[in-house]
Formats: sequence, C-alpha cells, structure tokens
Amino acid sequence: MNKMMSIDIKHHLTDEILMGYSAGTLPEAFNLMVATHVSLCDTCRAQLAACDAVGGILLDEHDVPNTQMQPDSFAATIAMIEQGVPITKAPAVKKPSVLPSPLRDYIGSDLNEIKWRPIGMGVKQAILPTSKQASARLLMIPAGAAMPDHGHNGLEMTMVLQGAFQDDDGYFARGDVDIADSDLEHTPMADIHEDCICLAVSDAPLRFKGILPRIMQSFIRI
Amino acid sequence: MSARSHNVLSRRRSVNFQTATTRLVAVGSKRVTNENKRNLWISHVHRIRDDADKAAFADLYAHFAPRVKGFLINSGADGYLAEECAQEVMATLWHKAHLFDPSRASVATWIFTIARNRKIDILRKQRRPEPEDLTWGPEEEPDQTDVLALQQETETLSKALTALPAAQRELIEQAYFGDMSHSEIAKKTGLPLGTIKSRLRLGLERLRQTMK
Repeated sequence: MNKMMSIDIKHHLTDEILMGYSAGTLPEAFNLMVATHVSLCDTCRAQLAACDAVGGILLDEHDVPNTQMQPDSFAATIAMIEQGVPITKAPAVKKPSVLPSPLRDYIGSDLNEIKWRPIGMGVKQAILPTSKQASARLLMIPAGAAMPDHGHNGLEMTMVLQGAFQDDDGYFARGDVDIADSDLEHTPMADIHEDCICLAVSDAPLRFKGILPRIMQSFIRI
Repeated sequence: MSARSHNVLSRRRSVNFQTATTRLVAVGSKRVTNENKRNLWISHVHRIRDDADKAAFADLYAHFAPRVKGFLINSGADGYLAEECAQEVMATLWHKAHLFDPSRASVATWIFTIARNRKIDILRKQRRPEPEDLTWGPEEEPDQTDVLALQQETETLSKALTALPAAQRELIEQAYFGDMSHSEIAKKTGLPLGTIKSRLRLGLERLRQTMK
C-alpha cells in the first residue's frame, strides 16, 4: 500500500514552474520542489506530462536552425551502442514515508534522522544541499506556533509534508504548496493538531521584519 | 541481449545510414500525416527492442539526432559537446527501447525527456530530482486504447500549438529551447516580467481550452 496516493491537494504548482521543470531550466532546489510535489499530486503529474508533450512536439515538428550531425556520427553512435548497455541504477525500494523519495534522496535517510537546527521561536530547520541559484530546506513548526513574520525578495514555495498551516492565502495541508512572491508578507501558523513539517525553496533570502530575526538571518542561513 | 536479437543485429550490420535516410524521404514524399509518422516512430522503437533493427534506428536518428543537437546548442552547449550528447541520447534510446511505453508518451516526448535529462546532467551539472513512480516500466504490454488516447491527445496538443498566435508560440519555444528563465526572456524582449508570465499563462490556457 502506498500512502502517498489519493490525497486531496488544493494548492498546486503553477504552469510556469511545471514548464520550467519540463524544459530543464529551473534551479535545482525548485526541481526538488516539483519532484516532491508531483510525487504526491496526480493533477500536477498530468500537467507535467502535458508540458513534456509540448517539449516533444517542439522537438519533433519545429525547425532547428542549421544543426547537422557530423558525417561519421551514426557510425560512432552504433559503435557506442555495441560497447554495451550502460549500468543503470536499480529502482529504489519504496517504503511509505512522510517524505516522498526525491526528498529522502537529498536527506540520505528518513524523517527521524534529520539533523534539525533551531532558528528561534521553536521553529527548526535543516538545509538541503542544492546548487546555489536557489535554496531548499525542511522546516519544522511546532503545533500551534507561528513562523517569524517575513516577506520575500524572490519566489518562495512552501509545501506541507506533515501537519498543516494557515496563512493569509488559506489553509495548507499535506501536499499543498504555498507560493509567495516579492510583494507578499505573511505569517504562517501551524495547525494545533500536529507539528508541521514543510519543504521550503526560495531563489532569494527571506527578509524578516523583527530586529532579532534580522540579526539571526545574517548568520543562520534562512 | 538474446541470441535472436544478436543474430538480427549482425544481419543488419550492412544497412547504412544513407539507405535509411533515402527511405524516409520516400515515405515523406507520400505526405505522411503527423499521426502516421508518430505510429511509424512507435513501431521503429519496437523494432529496435525486438529485432535490434538498425534501419529503424537510422530513421529515428536521421530525424531526431540533429534536433537533439540543436536543442543542446540552444541550451548553451558548444557544437562538439552537443554532438557527443546527441549521440549519447540516441544510444540511450537504443538501450532503453524495452522501457518505452507508448501509452505514457510519444516517441518524441520520450526522446525530449532523455535529452532534457542529459542537458541537466552535463550542462547544468545539477542533481536531478525526479518524482516517484515515473520509471518507464517495466510493465506489461500497454493497453492499445491508452496508446490511441495518448496519440489523439498529442495530435490535439500539436494542432493547438500550431494555432497559437506567433508571439505566444515563440515564448513557449524560448522557454523550452532557449534555456532562459522567465526573467531572462523578459530582459531579452524588453517586456516586463508580468507580461511574460501572463502571456505564458495565456498560451497554456488556450492550449487547455483547445484540448477540451
């Protein structure tokens, strides 16, 4: 049984983000968000397939200017093929988890082994290693607690993995993605029933309004 | 590789690229429709899978290899790297022909995703997180109804793309084949980001409506 399936997701990724994943132009942290969300969301999986199909149609039907293969290209490819089948990774064994497998690949373990670091007000985070154009981290907000009040310089996407939170944009439960761009200031508040665990990705550092969080921000990568 | 496919491989070693290309042009002169062409690509992949058929591979190669190369050059690869990667993409098609599932993607879409993945690995040098359960099989033989449904959807999407106003189509092409983010497209065309985003959205919205 896979508990990833059939959950009721109300807040989805945008077409632009899905298209960027399909085209292969997003920063790594955003790709991680897409892979994690699509693992849970059949709607976005179908939309992503449509974006891939657009890529396929463009590749198939649209004129590519002045690209020809080298004269010996086909023979070289056949030679490459005859060297044998490249070793491919065995598919990972899937076991049910709060964390979809793309995320587990980044943590290298499961939820109970994450090395959380406190960032104040009971909130903890774990930064995930990605390329520098954007950042990815896991956040743990205690049940009923608030995240520091913050706005954004860039694009931030926050997806709920466990528990739920509420902010000005609505109520977000497992699989839901909250998308915030530069002009939004919000204060997410975790649902009272359970600690809330989220994946958050951002292409710019968050800026906090309070003086203490702002100082903290300078030495904690948040 | 089975003994059977190995024999076929040896037998077909004499088929060269040129013969295959000529044959493709001959087929093309009969005005193959896109639909027939997509069917032909599928049977080509199956012939590679079942018979290690180099003539079928040569047909696919003649059409797709230069396009994959062009895609990679547009994404920032130099000619040498793009050539090498395009060859690798086509070799991957050969090796993974048994994983191709025509109820999940057209041949062109499958090749596009292989090329896109290669681009991220080689050009962007990033790790490439993938959603769960998106392996291309191995499954049982796909349901023919699903294969047909996917072909119809592809045809509808293709027509919708062709019917888009030029400006919207160009933006979608740039998003896929220019390796530019939305903000970079905005810089290039001098349009504000909001306009780009709404145009992209409009383009997709029209696509969706046409598909209804």
